[in-house]
Amino acid sequence: MVPIILAKGLTKRFGDLIAVDGIDFTIHEREYFGFLGPNGAGKTSTIRMLYGHSPMTDGQLKVLGLDIRTTARRIKEQIGVVSQENNLDTDLSVLENLLVYARYFNMPKREARRRADELMAFMQLEAKEKSRVEQLSGGMKRRLVLARALINRPKILLLDEPTTGLDPQARHLIWQRLRSLKSGGTALVLTTHYMDEAAQLCDRVAVMDAGRIIATGSPQELVRERVGAEVLELRIAPALDAQVLRSIADLDIETERYGDTLYLYLPEGHTLAKTLTDRLIGINHSEMIHRQATLEDLFLRLTGRELVEH
Amino acid sequence: MNDIFRIPSVSWRCLRVWQRDRDAYMKFYKLSLLGNLGDPILYLVAMGYGLGRFLNQIEGMTYLEFIAPGLVISSSMFAASFECTYGSFLRMIYLKTYDAIIATPLSIEDVVSGDILWGTTKGMISGTIMFAVVGAFGLIDSVWAAGIPLLIVLVSFLFASLSMAATSFVKTFEAFNYYITLFLTPMFFFSGVFFPLNRLPDWVSVVSKFLPLTYAVEISRALIYGQPSWIVPVGLALLLGPALFFYCVSINLMKRRVIQ
Ligand SMILES: Nc1ncnc2c1ncn2[C@@H]1O[C@H](COP(=O)(O)OP(=O)(O)OP(=O)(O)O)[C@@H](O)[C@H]1O
Ligand SMILES: [Mg+2]
Repeated sequence: MVPIILAKGLTKRFGDLIAVDGIDFTIHEREYFGFLGPNGAGKTSTIRMLYGHSPMTDGQLKVLGLDIRTTARRIKEQIGVVSQENNLDTDLSVLENLLVYARYFNMPKREARRRADELMAFMQLEAKEKSRVEQLSGGMKRRLVLARALINRPKILLLDEPTTGLDPQARHLIWQRLRSLKSGGTALVLTTHYMDEAAQLCDRVAVMDAGRIIATGSPQELVRERVGAEVLELRIAPALDAQVLRSIADLDIETERYGDTLYLYLPEGHTLAKTLTDRLIGINHSEMIHRQATLEDLFLRLTGRELVEH
Repeated sequence: MNDIFRIPSVSWRCLRVWQRDRDAYMKFYKLSLLGNLGDPILYLVAMGYGLGRFLNQIEGMTYLEFIAPGLVISSSMFAASFECTYGSFLRMIYLKTYDAIIATPLSIEDVVSGDILWGTTKGMISGTIMFAVVGAFGLIDSVWAAGIPLLIVLVSFLFASLSMAATSFVKTFEAFNYYITLFLTPMFFFSGVFFPLNRLPDWVSVVSKFLPLTYAVEISRALIYGQPSWIVPVGLALLLGPALFFYCVSINLMKRRVIQ
């Protein structure tokens, strides 16, 4: 596997604040890689360093084998960026947004027009060709930002929260389009708070918290290793926790109390779940949910279920 | 600190930003022209004809003749300044246009430079049209007036750059009032556009010597009425120096602001 992004000790400081705290990661050709993390974890700061928007404070970074500090132009020619905030050109129409952007890449007029038509079709925006940006819905704006990021046929696509705030249809459309880019060989680096988004798109994820990467791996592996196969959610009074813990003391099960729920993390195997439910049947609970462990559990286990603002 | 005073590395790609600004302008140019030309034409007619009737000749000219050259120059000043204050600020902060463009092969230096070139162009458009209006009033009577376009370019470039430097410090739209009400507007009134400086109290003429518009107005009068003197080359140099200085400084300041 050929690495296309290589970061070692990558650091970003704003004055005294350490936004990214010496992280290491490698992203390979054709890979779909996700940064997960709560607000303020340092995802945007990381992405911005990748395309030179934000100069790195320390560490090493190679993008497409080049150093962003000395060869930013050549790197930027080969990547596409969807930033966290939509930054479409509101003075221009949908088509003009694409054509003007193509001109920044020095694309000849004819080719730009062809590429713009292609991308409007790909993103289902043809009907809006002449519309002004303000007339677009949130989902359409996001699709236009994405179309714009693809104008130069990038080798790497950087996406900072591509679907935040969109409705389910809009999100699914964007996911489908992103997955279909895979056959073209584009690598994708995205940030997200949505576990389903990461599960849908990413070959590998890095979970970030407070500027550090606290776990890396494929979503399924990470969930299995760090959470287990299944989760049992018990809505019981905290007073009963001790009783539950005593009754399962001989089983190798990790538990966690958060709010009105006691979480039990089960390693592989349904037999265990069966034993467990048999034992817990006598305990007075208002609800018991038995389900697959998800990336969400991993995320919350790693970063804590409490809301912590950094 | 040294970062602010060095010569920025700008590439030809800044023209892409100029093209973008032009394309956006062409969609609404009528409205924009009205904004840029309404005021100076109104001043020319109201003050020149209206007030002029009650005034004696100034330095051997009618009042209309006296104020016309300065209004050509100040229309450039205002058009260039508004573009590189409100226009650039809007694109940088609210529309995030700068952020979008620096994700492409363009650098922040290219973007700011392109915006300054566009502000310069806006100043040239206004100044040139005002120049034509003044010509239509039959006020031009020297071939030396052929030098006016050069002066317009220089003034537009100077104020586009100066305004961009101001913009790099501004946090809210309201803050532009400092720049416009405390700097541009007083300069408009105390640089000899409307009254000869030698008739004003001493301190005013001393202050006016530090205002770049003063030299531009004097040069414009000398050219339009065919009385070129040493003030033309010296004045042009006094405009070009600061223009280049602020061009460099404003790009560096904006870079410091945007790139964090
Ligand atoms: N320009 C800046 N100046 C000062 N501090 C900043 C700046 N940009 C980001 N930060 C700080 O750096 C930290 C990381 O921010 P960052 O935007 O990278 O987080 P994030 O993971 O993208 O969060 P979110 O999910 O909310 O987008 C935060 O504490 C933030 O306040
Ligand atoms: Mg972010």
